[in-house]
Amino acid sequence: MELKNKSLFEIKDLIDGGSVSSVEVTKYFLDRIEKFDSDLNSFIQVNPKALDEAKAADDKIKSGQKGRLLGLPVGIKDLLCTKDLQTTAASKMLEGFIPPYSATVVERLKQEGAIVLGKLNLDEFAMGSSNENSYFGSVKNPWNLEFVPGGSSGGSAAAVAAGLAPVTIGTDTGGSIRQPASFCGVVGVKPTYGRVSRYGIVAFASSLDQAGPLSRTVKDGALISEVISGFDQWDSTTSEREVPQWSASISGDLKGKKVGIVKEYMEAKLHKDVEAQLKRAIDSLKEAGAEIVEVSLPLSRMAIPVYYMVATSEASSNLARYDGVRYGYRASFEDRPAESVEEFYCRTRGEGFGSEVKRRIMLGTYALSSGYYDAYYKKAGQIRRLLAEEFNEAFKKADVLIGPVTATPPFKLGDRISDPLEMYLNDIFTTSANLAGIPGMSVPMGFSEQGLPIGVQLMSAAYSEQVMFDAGQAVEERANISTRLPDGY
Amino acid sequence: MRGKRLKKEQIFRRGYQMATKRWEPVIGLEVHAQLATESKMFSSDSTTFAAGDNENSSPVSLGLPGALPVVNRKAVELSVKMGLALNCSIRNVSRFARKNYFYPDLPKGYQISQFDEPLCEEGFVEFFVDGERKKIRIERAHMEEDAGKSIHHGGHTLINLNRAGVPLLEIVSGPDLRSPQEAAEYARTIRQILRYLEVCDGNLEEGSMRCDCNVSVREVGTEKFGTKVELKNINSFRFVEKALEYEIQRQIDCKESGEEIIQETRLYDSTKNKTFSMRSKENAHDYRYFVDPDLLPVRVEKDWIGKIRATLPELPVARSDRFRSEYELPQYDALVLTQEKELADYFEHAAKKSMQPKAASNWIMTELLRMLNDQKIDIQNSPISSDHLAELVLMIDQKEISGKMAKQVFQEMWKTSKSPKELVKSLGLSQITDEAEIQKIVDKVVSGNESQLADYRSGKTKLYGFFVGQAMKESQGQANPEILNRLLKKKLDS
Repeated sequence: MELKNKSLFEIKDLIDGGSVSSVEVTKYFLDRIEKFDSDLNSFIQVNPKALDEAKAADDKIKSGQKGRLLGLPVGIKDLLCTKDLQTTAASKMLEGFIPPYSATVVERLKQEGAIVLGKLNLDEFAMGSSNENSYFGSVKNPWNLEFVPGGSSGGSAAAVAAGLAPVTIGTDTGGSIRQPASFCGVVGVKPTYGRVSRYGIVAFASSLDQAGPLSRTVKDGALISEVISGFDQWDSTTSEREVPQWSASISGDLKGKKVGIVKEYMEAKLHKDVEAQLKRAIDSLKEAGAEIVEVSLPLSRMAIPVYYMVATSEASSNLARYDGVRYGYRASFEDRPAESVEEFYCRTRGEGFGSEVKRRIMLGTYALSSGYYDAYYKKAGQIRRLLAEEFNEAFKKADVLIGPVTATPPFKLGDRISDPLEMYLNDIFTTSANLAGIPGMSVPMGFSEQGLPIGVQLMSAAYSEQVMFDAGQAVEERANISTRLPDGY
Repeated sequence: MRGKRLKKEQIFRRGYQMATKRWEPVIGLEVHAQLATESKMFSSDSTTFAAGDNENSSPVSLGLPGALPVVNRKAVELSVKMGLALNCSIRNVSRFARKNYFYPDLPKGYQISQFDEPLCEEGFVEFFVDGERKKIRIERAHMEEDAGKSIHHGGHTLINLNRAGVPLLEIVSGPDLRSPQEAAEYARTIRQILRYLEVCDGNLEEGSMRCDCNVSVREVGTEKFGTKVELKNINSFRFVEKALEYEIQRQIDCKESGEEIIQETRLYDSTKNKTFSMRSKENAHDYRYFVDPDLLPVRVEKDWIGKIRATLPELPVARSDRFRSEYELPQYDALVLTQEKELADYFEHAAKKSMQPKAASNWIMTELLRMLNDQKIDIQNSPISSDHLAELVLMIDQKEISGKMAKQVFQEMWKTSKSPKELVKSLGLSQITDEAEIQKIVDKVVSGNESQLADYRSGKTKLYGFFVGQAMKESQGQANPEILNRLLKKKLDS
């Protein structure tokens, strides 16, 4: 049975109808990982107990138990703690680390019966836009192995695109779900900040991080978002608001809805292929009945500097715990003992972290230093609040905003890795949603002339995800590429 | 040896007194009090002191990847309570901030504390030093988590994270203290209030209360503060006084010899009674404080503050003031009796029941406290209950027993925990107040000593004492002295 390009809902129907078992589904995807992932490198580790979990799920199915994801395999970005299963954040620092507990997101997926397929590759500590910063090697874009899959959730995006998993979990701090989703031609959802518990997710920038799904269809993304959202007593930044059943009410009919085109995004220098796909997407929304209006977000041009101040500052503090004292990598002091505690730290952290991580720790440490705090971190916070205000204003005029995910289609491996600033500019259209705490998603629209995927970004007001999913559905219906797989897969 | 040491101390003290005529110390204290919660500041780990090594360390205490803090509501409540007792204003919205520094027993590489938006601000506390009332400003009181403990062991360092995350309230005084004695008294007062409120057990040995001192000196009469030095590692009130005395003298010596005082942190070594430089300002940490993005602002609604305020007991200074006015106690008694809430409760109960406050106070301050201190027993566990003490005081007042007998009864009460009435009966100690019975004794003594009677009546009135002694002996000491005197005099002079 061909499952590789089926949606989660389709596979769920097959399992529920008894035409396929969870073990068969799980084995199918494990076999594909075995077959294709040596080239792609999207998984850091498969779950050795995946088939056991699938067997247990089949028993539950037989005994009539229910679960929204019962028997369905899910891939997890290796930034989320999984009990008894190695969690590395793609860093030498955490190689071999086996958490004694699971992230709330993982717990919730399991509670609904999901099978953990394995742990997906990423940029080290989720820092990067190309997945070239992984200690476990770069992930390749399945549409063309010479190209990057995007990052930091590159493994999560590539695995869905190549049909190695029907759905995966990623995390998004400044675009880390949406950008790789766009580069790999899959759907990627960053929920409203506060919807999804961060408990058990290796923290990058606490005020920005949010986990979300990467999937073949918008409806699948909506379902996974429902499952992982909701108040968690272990994360005080989660909201107590009720989580609507987005997937059940999803509709591509946008009659009476207003879609905002962001003036500043349209004026930005976009690659012609990106521009063409964005225009097609706007047309599809019109066709679906939406009224198109223009909105303005003048401060969005500040998003990159503000984001890199906030994210690196928080990261410099969040990553302080990786010191080799209690767990994780510790430099060898056998031949040359440390002469001071400082030396212990310097050697351990110097050897354990990759260069991009160290760069960001240094940037953040600098921005928080006394004498610089006011000019950098504090100012960034002020602009961040004003930017959120601008979004509030925009959402008075429009129900949902549409824009590009990135300015260019996917780029080649090695092209930008030597120029961090150019790499950071990848996030120009995605970071605003994180700074404002609003939901955003990337939906595949089409392909570049070189045959690489291009997605479009949709954003809605905080806690108003339904209209975003509806607009995504409208785009998806007209793009009509959700079942397409790259050649050879 | 002891004599020599004493002499050295006397010389030091004399020198200190001389020096502080010209130089004035300016002292501020930071008291860290462990909040009496069952679980830690940001996790459900237990705070019990006696747990096995690293037993109380969940992913949060260990700083595992992805572990997040959640605020302990009880810790906030206790902090508000203490803030109110210190006359502070309580912020309706306060924030937690991260204080970033590396140390092996600091699991996250930062301590969660409060920085520019603390829970409690701008209060004051009152207490007495040598009978003089002092009012010291409280700059702030903020919540924070404790670090773990490093144990250096040969070439290794062992880390115990049981303390990591234990909730603390850091109480910062204004730079208002002017002598080591005043500073120590301030610290004792803070402890007293913490214990009154049951916010902290104040146990210094177990580290549930710690103290850092900021101290500088300036010429008497000048306004500008001198360069301040922070003293750390002080774990008793006596050492607060000692460390400050040493440090003030050191700073005065520097000033007088024209040496510059460096802004630095110094450690107090109690065995050497000296302070040592730990780190100078140049090497001071840049803590890179910023609001902790893992935690929401702490919102303390007015209603809640009102509810907490309603639970505040009468505080020691107010209570001692009241004891002076209501029970007409001397200041000294009032201060001693209000040192501990339980002691004050004990006294007040006995005072009311016996309606003899001064007598009750005397019994407590002399006999009871001496016994309790000797045997290191808390007032709560006193073998003599407040009821029984009141009963004893009442029996003396009503002349059922003499003061001398009462002391004997008191000893028996201590040993047996029985009521004085019961003891007096079983020991046959009750006073004879029946006049007819005493008259019999008087008659017997007078008629049995005819020659002495003749001498007395012929003018040797000194013999009166002899008759009293004989009569008392006859009554086995149980005759009421007043009645005995009256009847004896009457008989002799008839």
